[in-house]
Amino acid sequence: MMGGVPQAISISGLVKTFGSTRALDGLDLSVEVGEVHGFLGPNGSGKTTTIRVLLGLLRADAGEVSLLGGDPWRDAVALHRRLAYVPGEVSLWPNLTGGEVIDLFGRLRGDLNRRRRDDLLERFQLDPTKKTRSYSKGNRQKVGLVAALASDAELLLLDEPTSGLDPLMEAVFQDCIREVKAEGRTVLLSSHILAEVEALCDRLSIIRLGRVAERGTLDELRHLTRTSITAETEFPAGSLADLAGVHGLEIDGKHVRFEVDTDHLDVAVRRLGELGVRSLVSHPPTLEELFLRHYGDELAKEPERVDGNRNATP
Amino acid sequence: MTAAKTALTGTVELTRFILRRDRIRILVWIVAIVALAALTATGIKGLFPTQAALDQTAAATQHNAAAIAFNGPAQALNTVGGQVAFQFGALGMVLVALMSLFMVGRLTRGEEEAGRLELMRSLPVGSLAPTLAASLTVAAMNIAVGVLTTVALLAQGLPAAGSLVFGVSFILIGLFFGGVAMIAAQVTENTRVVYGAAGAVLGAAFVLRAVGDIGDGTVSWFSPIGWAQKTRPFAGERWWPLLLLLTATVLLLAAASVLAARRDLGAGLVAARPGRPTASRSLGHPLGLAIRLQRGALLGWSVGVLVIGIAYGWIGPTVDAFIGQNKALAEILAGAGGANLTDSYFAASFRLVALLATGFAIQSALRLRSEETSMRAESVLATPVSRWRWGASHLTVAFAGSVILLGVAGLATGLTYGVAGGDLNSAPRLVGAPLVYVPAMWLMVGLTIALVGLVPRWAGASWAILAACVVAGLLGAVLHLPNWLQNLSPFERVPQLPAQSLTLLPLVVISAVAAGFTLAGLFGLRRRDIGQI
Repeated sequence: MMGGVPQAISISGLVKTFGSTRALDGLDLSVEVGEVHGFLGPNGSGKTTTIRVLLGLLRADAGEVSLLGGDPWRDAVALHRRLAYVPGEVSLWPNLTGGEVIDLFGRLRGDLNRRRRDDLLERFQLDPTKKTRSYSKGNRQKVGLVAALASDAELLLLDEPTSGLDPLMEAVFQDCIREVKAEGRTVLLSSHILAEVEALCDRLSIIRLGRVAERGTLDELRHLTRTSITAETEFPAGSLADLAGVHGLEIDGKHVRFEVDTDHLDVAVRRLGELGVRSLVSHPPTLEELFLRHYGDELAKEPERVDGNRNATP
Repeated sequence: MTAAKTALTGTVELTRFILRRDRIRILVWIVAIVALAALTATGIKGLFPTQAALDQTAAATQHNAAAIAFNGPAQALNTVGGQVAFQFGALGMVLVALMSLFMVGRLTRGEEEAGRLELMRSLPVGSLAPTLAASLTVAAMNIAVGVLTTVALLAQGLPAAGSLVFGVSFILIGLFFGGVAMIAAQVTENTRVVYGAAGAVLGAAFVLRAVGDIGDGTVSWFSPIGWAQKTRPFAGERWWPLLLLLTATVLLLAAASVLAARRDLGAGLVAARPGRPTASRSLGHPLGLAIRLQRGALLGWSVGVLVIGIAYGWIGPTVDAFIGQNKALAEILAGAGGANLTDSYFAASFRLVALLATGFAIQSALRLRSEETSMRAESVLATPVSRWRWGASHLTVAFAGSVILLGVAGLATGLTYGVAGGDLNSAPRLVGAPLVYVPAMWLMVGLTIALVGLVPRWAGASWAILAACVVAGLLGAVLHLPNWLQNLSPFERVPQLPAQSLTLLPLVVISAVAAGFTLAGLFGLRRRDIGQI
């Protein structure tokens, strides 16, 4: 699978511990050049820690990490010329204006593109003359987004970048990311907003307890979960219960509801045909279901984990 | 339920929460101040064991304008109580005032700026409850300091009336400056500005009483610290000046609550103006950012140092006049070094200014840590800025700021002294003298960055180290600190210009240690994880 596709990010066996907490426990992740890669996982699963290792802010305890062909810890300065980063909680200097902060980041990175900056300010409807002290959370997030999107960086590391944005701005963000992708640039998008991930991402990795639990395209991952089916049949549908892969069967006279593992969909539909199907509604698995299935039942059994790095007050 | 009662709902719970959250901070302040008071009393009894010794020092001190300028009016200096009030009165009041203004700023505007107050107010908590809880906490701290100080002095066998008036004056001074901070917290949106503004009032109060005490005492009546000292503890107590303090404090708190009622949560009375839509040319590299972030603080500290320099320069010509014809006494006062009294006075005032200005230097170096804990550092370090460059940017401000502040102090003192004394030729010698403390201040900066780089959780300990240096410098002799202990403070190793002659060796050694600490700190900063809290 690694083949000849150039990798923007390639991580294998990454381990990072904070005291006794093992925040990353052998994480593997690969992001191809030019793709938008979704990075999903519940709170505290290690997404932010991974990104901070990629930024060279944290030193990996074990494992191999390659970012744009370099070592994120050793080559941090050179690599940072080629990437832009938006944290999930953009923290700004209260007495600087939004415009000043955007310019500062552009100049520190060395590629401030004034026309693109002004265009983005317009699209995100951000007033650059306000002190960041008076910005709402959404507006602080916009400052981070404009600063990152105004750059020519070949890789964007986005850590839940749209938290606090309204739906209109979410749409603007998605347009911007499509433009970035059209230019052949790479995006690692950590997110909780599954609609956003579904709309933007080519492939995704689902992280759990510091490891990647699943990876692949959305279609590939859909195979791992269940399709829900509601049907009306001529004959009672009790015989469905014998089939492998059928779950949660509910029969109410001629109405039947069940979920079936996507691998066994074929057999279940054939059986429905034999029962004289009169109506059939089938829902493909949503990302929500994928997500919930991965964490819902399993997480309930796991001990609670913490992120280990960003919490508490100074 | 009445409206007033509703507004106070939750006060008790919030107060308990503050006491729980800040219990260590609160304890350290109280114990440190009371312990210093008690140790001063023991120290004085050891230093002047007989009445003859007390009489002798009293006779000398009452002609020592320098000591009076730093400590206060010479009242009953031939008693242990009078000496305690003289040696620890002004310093203790400054400490109590600092305690109150830091606590008020932190608990009111600090909480509001951090957005935590908003969360509190969304709970069933009355609109006045958070402010009242903060006020109650600070009032309780002051009362604890005052009562325990009185008890400590009584335990040392000092007269009851004097101990009581001394303790009560601490309480009222603390409440007064708490009120000043409370008003500042309504006017501005920025916690740092609250500290700066209230600190400036404190500095003005200290300088006014110094000028007054050197003269006929009239000017001291314009200073709350002056009022407190007019109570004459252990020297025929007068209670009524405390009424002035009490009235002023009540007025301050009333004004603060009127102001508070007129503004919205999160806002100040001075509305924030729109700023620049684009960054200026200088805001394009880490040093430019560091300067931009710290220039306000540096300006504020410069003004403070300027005013103190002018005040002490102004007092300068009086020092010799005070001693009059008494040549023998002058020699005793000036110490064994054979320097003249005026030079000793300036040496002492420059050391005081250097210790004070080190507050800026430490604050400036700690900026690296606060940038990190506020997660702003990670945004900067995610750009092509190396950790060296990022660390060096704020350190440059700390190092250069040290030189600037000492330079301002020298200029202000020297020129004012020249003008006031009608002898401008004496100015150049004084202008450069404070710069002798540059290496010592740099050492403190280096120590701070070493903590930030190697043991970041302990970065705040640099303040405790500065506090220890202040105690060694101002109370070292009174407390009988052993020489080796006093000499741990770099400020005691520096040749005390202009009273002593310039020797380079200590300065070179201190500079080398400063450089070592700085490099160790930067090295640590480069190796460790960023963003660890």
